[in-house]
Amino acid sequence: MKFGVVVFPGSNCDRDTLYAFGDLLGAETVALWHKDTDLKGVDFVVLPGGFSYGDYLRSGAIARFSPIMDAVINHANRGGYVLGICNGFQILTEAKLVPGVLLHNESRKFISKNIYIKAATTNSLLTNQLEPQQALKIPIAHGEGNYYIGTDGLKSLQDNDQILFHYCDENGNVTAEANPNGALLNIAGVTNKNRNVFGMMPHPERASDPVLGNTDGLKILESILQTVG
Amino acid sequence: MKFRAEIDIMPLEALLDPQGKAVNAGLRNLGLNNISSVRVGKHITLQLETATEAEARAEVEEACKKLLANLIMESYRFDLVAL
Repeated sequence: MKFGVVVFPGSNCDRDTLYAFGDLLGAETVALWHKDTDLKGVDFVVLPGGFSYGDYLRSGAIARFSPIMDAVINHANRGGYVLGICNGFQILTEAKLVPGVLLHNESRKFISKNIYIKAATTNSLLTNQLEPQQALKIPIAHGEGNYYIGTDGLKSLQDNDQILFHYCDENGNVTAEANPNGALLNIAGVTNKNRNVFGMMPHPERASDPVLGNTDGLKILESILQTVG
Repeated sequence: MKFRAEIDIMPLEALLDPQGKAVNAGLRNLGLNNISSVRVGKHITLQLETATEAEARAEVEEACKKLLANLIMESYRFDLVAL
């Protein structure tokens, strides 16, 4: 499986993501420039974290109309895999590839720290190798990560088992105190109905290299490779 | 015909507006105690040239729906001014 990481102006986790999939996990990777319209034959597209287009207007709103996004949307609509991390998740919501939206953090502060998440379902490419009760320590770094969706949308998410991760404490309890940004029901990541597009605010690629002392994020990335290689 | 659109984009009433809340607290700190329910949105102006006013209105609608506002979290309204 070949992984492509899109580089937007203002992306800042593109190298980390290429490094995690390529150097740490040994997958074939390629960087995709946002002005290109060709996905270079990749099977799996990653929209990385960062501040694409300076977060002007709304996070992800301008990047959603980058030339490469038509190809990404077609890829997703054909059933191809797409993962959006942090700003990538914001872009996916703006492109309507995953439901919901990311509001300003309730505290109005930019939050950069380690938090804990746990899988809300094991029925997904990202979570199928995870222990459902296991809390994973993963960093977040965002100002707009407060997941929100209307009542009907939330019901549909729940009915279709589309919630991927909840923020929790280190023992795996999903509590209000463990919610860093005010996200509805502590939601940290979701998938689309067809389960081929994934969005999450925490950064698994930043918790992958043993040198950094935390490899919890690697479990999520490995889950992808173990399933689809 | 040339128009200027004056567009207001506001966070939906149902949503918490942390920015508005912070501004509200600041105003209270200034001693302006009669003020409440502050909400902060965006004001966007743009110019466009179309054959008719209806066409201009339709184009601004499309701009709001497709890019300027995200209808999951924001509402919009606008006025057209003939130039």
